[in-house]
Amino acid sequence: MSKELTLEVVTPERKVLSETVEYVGAPGAQGEFGIMANHVAFLSALGIGSLYYKINGKNYYMFVSGGFAEVNNNKVTILAEVAEKAVEIDRERALKAKERAEERLRQTKENLDFTRAQAALRRAIARMSAREHGQQSGTI
Amino acid sequence: MPSFRDVQNKIGAVKKTKQITKAMNMVASAKLRNAQSRIERFRPYAEKFYEMLGDLASGVDASVHPLLEKREEVKTTGILLVTSDRGLCGSFNHNLINRAKSIANDRAAQGRAVKFYCIGKKGRDFARKSAYELTQGWPDVMGHFDFSLANEVGSMLIDLYLSGELDEVVMIFGEFRSMAHQAPIDLGILPLSAHEEGDDKEGEGASSEYIYEPSVEGLLAELLPRFIKAQVYRGLLDTSCSEHAARMAAMDNATKACDDLIDSLTLLYNKTRQAAITTELMDIVGGAEALNG
Repeated sequence: MSKELTLEVVTPERKVLSETVEYVGAPGAQGEFGIMANHVAFLSALGIGSLYYKINGKNYYMFVSGGFAEVNNNKVTILAEVAEKAVEIDRERALKAKERAEERLRQTKENLDFTRAQAALRRAIARMSAREHGQQSGTI
Repeated sequence: MPSFRDVQNKIGAVKKTKQITKAMNMVASAKLRNAQSRIERFRPYAEKFYEMLGDLASGVDASVHPLLEKREEVKTTGILLVTSDRGLCGSFNHNLINRAKSIANDRAAQGRAVKFYCIGKKGRDFARKSAYELTQGWPDVMGHFDFSLANEVGSMLIDLYLSGELDEVVMIFGEFRSMAHQAPIDLGILPLSAHEEGDDKEGEGASSEYIYEPSVEGLLAELLPRFIKAQVYRGLLDTSCSEHAARMAAMDNATKACDDLIDSLTLLYNKTRQAAITTELMDIVGGAEALNG
């Protein structure tokens, strides 16, 4: 029995990652889930949040939004609209985006803008937390 | 016969034009390489997406999701026309616009209202002048678009479709087949037909026993809108690739035409020069004769 998984993360714009990992934790639409080797075939929608994977006992973090995870034959494929490794995340920018979104939330009560601003806020927070987690586990 | 000086000027002008067309050719080829590599990078995502959707959709009925359902009465057709922002690329935009025109006329003949949504300046300019309604245009985006544009356009079309404002959406874009061949393609993006996305992936591998989270229907509701956006993105990528390829070809032709023109003008130049010399000689000889009396 294999003890490893291949993890592949692809977005429309590039292939972000292709690695052999020991564990994958992903922000499922219905709560976080973890995947280890020999997981049963599985398909799930992902929410906005951090995805992490373990290589040699170290956790690596990544921000994902608008995606799906497929697990099959020890292969995890993440299809996401946006995916960024913690290293690539610009914390300043995320912070600014967060402030902007909060400002918009205060001002608008209209439906469409409100949901948009809310989503933007969630993305900004998730980005920052992915970055922070990455820093804490020393993988940046 | 044109004067000696005129021809000389003309040759200078054509040479300068040639320089420009040559430079444009090189710029287009650099941009084409860029666009092609973007298509390459999009491919793994698209392939995986089709596979996933194929697995999911093979077992379900078209009635589970409104985006899959074909409407019995189609009253309004939305045409998403993807063109380039700039000209000087041969008949590329013209072909796309012609295709759009024929589809619009066809739908109008069936008594449907036609609304245009145009990405790229050339298409928008056409739709503005045409008899049909231009609902929205996104000019000046082809040079620097990314997935968020496809996202914006896609979600807007989906919203309009779901609210009943549109009953059908057709996308027209330039498919990039090869360097020498780019064809205008019309692709029905809404409603989705279950066959297309099912492709022939059904029953592939021993993977059929998936655990789905949330349910199959819930996943489809997430996947289908993204599929439409991926289609729009593909249309954008292909059109931009085709545009550059078409421009390269057009500019190559123009450069060759300049060469031909320069050749024939040089011939003319030599002839006029000779004629001028001959006349001058005649004058001198004539003058000498007159002096000798």
